[in-house]
Amino acid sequence: MADVHGHTHIEGEIAKPNTAGIWRTFWVLLAITALEFIIALAIPSSIVPHLVKVGVYIILTIAKAFYIVAEFMHLKHEVKFLGMCIVLPMIFIAWFLIAMVMEGGALYIRW
Amino acid sequence: MAHLAKTNEHEGSLDWNGGNIPLKASWGKLMMWFFLLSDAFSFSALLITYAMIRYSHAAYQGTAENFKFSLDYWPVPEKVFEAMPFLHGISLPLVFVGIMTFILIMSSVTMVLAVEAGHRNDRKDVEKWMLWTILGGFTFLGCQAWEWTHFIHGTDKGGAVDVYGQVIYGANLIQNQYGPVPFANLFFFITGFHGFHVFSGVMLNVLVFYNTAFGVYENPNRVIDEGAGRYEMIEKVGLYWHFVDLVWVFVFTAFYLI
Repeated sequence: MADVHGHTHIEGEIAKPNTAGIWRTFWVLLAITALEFIIALAIPSSIVPHLVKVGVYIILTIAKAFYIVAEFMHLKHEVKFLGMCIVLPMIFIAWFLIAMVMEGGALYIRW
Repeated sequence: MAHLAKTNEHEGSLDWNGGNIPLKASWGKLMMWFFLLSDAFSFSALLITYAMIRYSHAAYQGTAENFKFSLDYWPVPEKVFEAMPFLHGISLPLVFVGIMTFILIMSSVTMVLAVEAGHRNDRKDVEKWMLWTILGGFTFLGCQAWEWTHFIHGTDKGGAVDVYGQVIYGANLIQNQYGPVPFANLFFFITGFHGFHVFSGVMLNVLVFYNTAFGVYENPNRVIDEGAGRYEMIEKVGLYWHFVDLVWVFVFTAFYLI
């Protein structure tokens, strides 16, 4: 933690890098992105309907977002309440998205 | 006066003068998180606008092979974004945007490595990884400039036919060879707003690299937030940089996959 090392004097011994977790997260992100490309390009819509693909894309995107926020932005290792402060307001966004997509569909039907 | 005495024990505590640290995060980091939350709302509003306008237009019904650009329906992304620098005329759907995504993820990794080096007060490593991050940011911006240029100029044979029977070449805010005009407008607005965030992020990265290289963070007289390390500024700028990467993940899904 920053508290332990942060205030020590600068001249001292520099610790060895500890980056295994960072690279693991990188490989996870790369694998998910590669999977998205395979779904987009290798699987024709006649086998898997477009709507199913969209659902899979959204799940994979949220998975990627989780890894970036939790590991790279370190939110998983902060106080839990801080995480809740950031994540819970996203409920409004989910609601807004669903409402507006339905609204868009209704506009299309009316035209 | 008890709390005053308590804060005086922690040298350099400027901002949390109440004597405790809310959420065990320093003042600057907490404010960065709340700024990012508000920025997430801005980007969500833009992407939700995209979703709404898209679903108020007809979707393309036929097979991908027979797809033709038309003003009557929303285009299929893998048919719009299939160009690649130096490989003119070859159809490589989503390859270039895949490379851009990889560059941005990679620069996010080098940023988190810089933050890790900062925790160890390893100035050399911070400098090295910040330089890689800056390079990644500029490369991404260059790719985006190329992609915009191609999008604006359009393909050799043009695309959709307008109401007068004329073939449209390229895209701008009033006509669009790839499909309905709002598609181009949203593309320019959303990727432009994201690109501007990337540009600001690169500027911040250059700033903290400069400070690191000139030893600003190692100055023993520099006042740092309570509970923070010397190199916490790297962490705060890093949060912003990761957020830019995070937004790209969503822009990528909305524009290039769905």
